[in-house]
Amino acid sequence: MNTTPGGLLLVLAVLVPFVGVLCGLVLGGRNAQRIALLTIVAGAGIALCITANYLNLGGAVVYLLGGWSPPLGIALRADGLSVAMLVAIAVVICGIGVYACADFGTPTGQREARAPFTFWLLLLAVWGSLNLVFVSGDLFTLYVALELLTFAGVPLVCLDGRGETLRAALRYLIFALLGSVLYLLGAVLLYGGYGTLDIALLAARVHPEPVAWAAAALMTTGLLAKTALFPLHLWLPPAHAGAPAAASAVLSALVVKGSWFLVVRLWFDVMPGVVTFSSAQLLGGLGAAAILIFSVVALRQERLKLLIAYSTLAQIGYLFLMFPLAFDVAAGQLDGGGALAGGMLQAMSHATAKAAMFMAAGSIYAALGHDRLVGLAGIARALPISVLTFGVSGIALMGVLPSGAYLAKKLLLGAAAGSGQWWWEGVLQAGGVLTSSYVVLVLARALARPGAPIQLKKSISRVAQSAALALAVCSLLLACAALGPLPRTLISNPLAPSEIASLLLTVGGGGLLAFAFGTRPSRIAAADAIGGAFVSADGVVRRWPVAGISLLLVAALFGWTLVAAR
Amino acid sequence: MSAPTLYGLCAAVLIGFGVYGLIVNPQPLRKILAFNVVGSGVFLLFGAIARRGAGAGFGGDPVPQALLITGIVVAFSATALAIALLLRLHDEAGSVTLASDVPPAVPPAVAPDADAR
Repeated sequence: MNTTPGGLLLVLAVLVPFVGVLCGLVLGGRNAQRIALLTIVAGAGIALCITANYLNLGGAVVYLLGGWSPPLGIALRADGLSVAMLVAIAVVICGIGVYACADFGTPTGQREARAPFTFWLLLLAVWGSLNLVFVSGDLFTLYVALELLTFAGVPLVCLDGRGETLRAALRYLIFALLGSVLYLLGAVLLYGGYGTLDIALLAARVHPEPVAWAAAALMTTGLLAKTALFPLHLWLPPAHAGAPAAASAVLSALVVKGSWFLVVRLWFDVMPGVVTFSSAQLLGGLGAAAILIFSVVALRQERLKLLIAYSTLAQIGYLFLMFPLAFDVAAGQLDGGGALAGGMLQAMSHATAKAAMFMAAGSIYAALGHDRLVGLAGIARALPISVLTFGVSGIALMGVLPSGAYLAKKLLLGAAAGSGQWWWEGVLQAGGVLTSSYVVLVLARALARPGAPIQLKKSISRVAQSAALALAVCSLLLACAALGPLPRTLISNPLAPSEIASLLLTVGGGGLLAFAFGTRPSRIAAADAIGGAFVSADGVVRRWPVAGISLLLVAALFGWTLVAAR
Repeated sequence: MSAPTLYGLCAAVLIGFGVYGLIVNPQPLRKILAFNVVGSGVFLLFGAIARRGAGAGFGGDPVPQALLITGIVVAFSATALAIALLLRLHDEAGSVTLASDVPPAVPPAVAPDADAR
């Protein structure tokens, strides 16, 4: 293996954001914002150059640090997955950067404050660490990248420095540290077993035996704790409750994608032959549980911000459905193909749509001075762009036409039908209906006629609102992937009766669910009982000792499914 | 029992203690210390692996030792960040419990003054 032409771009993708952080730190004050914006432009350019380079080469872009090839040296690699994520993240960062100028700008004549300064530096730090996660070709570098990502993400939770946000940040940090130490333990075991941590070399050497099983179980569990997959999600809802909108967008759209991406790397690239059918089913099962429970809990929220936070938890579950679908039973191993493409597309459309949704909610919060769902009536007339953004990103998350998530769902459904796992088809369809339920709920509240004309506390920057809308539209535009890398047959006829029926079913079913669960007390007694049960189950699982025991249990279950069901 | 095996077993015991402490202790400071105990266990295990995997007349495999140093630095920075947050939390809230923060799914009617604080 050698450094390919343009390999240096990978180094720049990591280095440029961190150089931005250091410059911003030294120059300080209002310069931090200028440097951040410059760095964002440069970084987006680098991401595009890497893409062009990847397409030219027709294969992975590689850079060997110091010219030493693995196992002695460390390689940076950007394959198709990395390039796709690099570009998606660059787009989201651009959107968040433009949006945040309104919240975290320092106009001339105003004293600079600490929160904007910290925000801009942390935004760059999150970006640099994510790029490192995407291009690392070595499990230990990935560990360092993951830790950097956590260190950059935690302070975003407590930008305003209030007691409860500090507490949320500390919870997040300690739980994430538990996750990363489990990951490190797994990496250490792999080194002990196979004498290398390079992904490509490990993939060739690793085979099903106790050390690989232990490592897989520990690393997967650690990463799930950082991704906040059910039941390891104790840190996420409080983290979002007090964070500013732009910071929430970073946390939800970007930070959790880092550890998720690492699970993908681990399962698909490092040990596709070690994982078993039942362990993939377990991972998908946790995802399905997340979708069901958190969608219902989202419907029971009183605050828009927390509704979106729970929707993030549900969507994280959706991202894990691709693992069982990618399992090739005949070959007994994970196999990329349609399911992997679908999962990646889902992640990209979630990143863009969820960032847009949090930013729209932030605009609504700023304008009204609160974000209680019952007080949203009339906001659609006052802030049409933000409500439109919410609707568009909702469509993008639901997976109805025309959106990137629609293609993703098609690919995943195709994989489910192809591998005969009909039960996942049900989960995928139900996921769409559940997503549409809370989108419909919010839109119905926002479009309602207000009792009295609402008064806005603050006028909202049109540029910021448009940035959010642009991101939401990007999520729809991902559907254009059907014109390029994906098979064209995916959208044969968007107006076919079956497509229209599925659209109506999704939205109509969502409306019914919103009607049943969204009002309190509900007109349907059973809905109140079920909703209450899910909410209290969520509360129990989020208690620290329960979450800790769940963590051990999940690790044990992964171990068992890897060993016994072979 | 060879020395690396003994050290490996010690590492396992340390990791077990640490995980127990992380789950059971409600105080954040103890959780941070427990995290450090788990970290020490992992580093000790890595040291034992370095010893076992040594070849070519070396006393130990140098690669894990290089990684270990990095790991220790990362764990140290994590601890520092956690302690800084803890001190700040103590200044702001006057107590350092992690348990009571759970914003109930039905928040106690978030008053419109939530942003005025």
